Amino acid sequence: MTFSLAELMVCAASRSFDDDGEVLATGIGLLPRLAASLAMRTTNTDMMMTDSQSYMLSRPNPVSGMSTHQGQANENWMGFARIFDNVWSGARHALVGPSQIDRFGQTNIAALGGSYDAPKVQLLGVRGFPGNSISHANSFFVPKHSTRVFVSGECDVVCSIGYNPDRLPRGYDFSDIDIRRIITDLCVMDFGGPDRQIRVVSLHPGVPLSEVQENTGFEVAVADDVCQTELPTAEQLRIIEELDPLNARAKQIKDNPPGERRAH
Amino acid sequence: MTKCVSAAEAVSVIESGMTIGIGGWGPRRKPMALVRELLRSDVTDLTLVAYGGADVGLLCAAGKVSKVIFAFVSLDFMPLEPAFRKARESGSVEVREIDEGMMLLGLRAAAWGSPFIPTRIGLGTDVITRNPDLKLIDSPYDDKEWVAMPALNLDVAMLHATRADERGVCEIASPDHYMDDWFARAAATTIVSADEMVDSEYFHSPDVARRVYWERNVTSKVVHIPGGAHPSSSDPLYGFDVGHYKAYAGLISESGYTAWANAFLGESEADYQREVGGIDAIKALPLPAY
Repeated sequence: MTFSLAELMVCAASRSFDDDGEVLATGIGLLPRLAASLAMRTTNTDMMMTDSQSYMLSRPNPVSGMSTHQGQANENWMGFARIFDNVWSGARHALVGPSQIDRFGQTNIAALGGSYDAPKVQLLGVRGFPGNSISHANSFFVPKHSTRVFVSGECDVVCSIGYNPDRLPRGYDFSDIDIRRIITDLCVMDFGGPDRQIRVVSLHPGVPLSEVQENTGFEVAVADDVCQTELPTAEQLRIIEELDPLNARAKQIKDNPPGERRAH
Repeated sequence: MTKCVSAAEAVSVIESGMTIGIGGWGPRRKPMALVRELLRSDVTDLTLVAYGGADVGLLCAAGKVSKVIFAFVSLDFMPLEPAFRKARESGSVEVREIDEGMMLLGLRAAAWGSPFIPTRIGLGTDVITRNPDLKLIDSPYDDKEWVAMPALNLDVAMLHATRADERGVCEIASPDHYMDDWFARAAATTIVSADEMVDSEYFHSPDVARRVYWERNVTSKVVHIPGGAHPSSSDPLYGFDVGHYKAYAGLISESGYTAWANAFLGESEADYQREVGGIDAIKALPLPAY
């Protein structure tokens, strides 16, 4: 059975939602949304998802090939103001793709380089990251694992709170912050190292640990039982195909490489 | 009673130095015809509060803005708004960058006459370190620190509705009214452009009345502008104009604001609509699916 790296990553990312129960899962971007949708169809059927517009759905919409919201499986109206009522209750798990992630798990989607008053590159702005990060669980999806994303210093703009003792608000400890997993094109990581250090828990097929370390701007811990990332099952691939009939996932990772590296 | 005025009359209440809130979200249901009227005026030195799209981009590019209070400025399908990007990267506008939810809390505080609303949002991030005017406070009920999100008091809010009557009852028939009700309530003066004008009887239907998110005494002025949200969407009447946004991005990036204004802005909304293909073309723009 063959599968693409994107499909491997989607399956790995979908497992982040296994134990969430009745929680609103929000995947921002095509592959994260596909991962959340897959989880809702497989390992966590109690999960909640929106149509990315204004309704909660009892069955996720496809991520490609949809031309109208008519006929979708609406469950309740869920406008953006109401999303915040849910966010601040804590019953949400977001899977997002930051431009920078530092060793504390702090992230940046706002701006890069230059000064804050005149950045070299203006990105989106902090969006909902500050509120998400102090309210509910978050996981990260990184299509290209590199030292540009996993920066050696702090993020240029710290948009989300992480496990940084110097920035911890008064009255807070690390248990108030819930960063779960990082899924990249090389591996799956969590924050299970000493003092919440980022830790490799599984490597994608054919990826050596040294490659992860070389492409990360800080030292990562390694789980004692580090293993190979679980391969997609036929059932998962069938559901992915159903959720993404136009194969938009093939355009998300450069050159759409296979999930198992070929031997050189 | 009638609150109906022309776009020029409505926008004439806006003076240099004012704080202006703009409703909608990114490329969705923005009061763009009112923004264009503002572009044609000599007003300057504005502070904008918005879930921003080309509204913020254009006003920055035209030199109307001294400060932007924002969480994002984006066109969704085109993640980075080209004119805002230029303004930020050249350092030509001051910013107060806050979380999307903080903006909602700031508008609510203003609407409720409260000086601030306490929240956890922003703690541990550069939202606090980069905004020294955002104060941290003690709680009388616990030992944690809290962000005191200040009221975002608006001089004027500009909003776009699907339909309105002449007394200022406004229907938002789109899937989401976003934070428009809070913008309306946070403002001293609220200007609403509407695609369609209706008789008051139209609102007798309970289903329609449920799509009215603020009371008419919150609406100050109503401007009838079919297609007035273009190039943003006014779901269910029309979608956003991907083609125009692309043309806009190209002109802004390669030649700057004046090139866009020369090509499209004109002396009036009629001029503008002629340049973008006319009202029938606007009404034919397909609704987006996300």
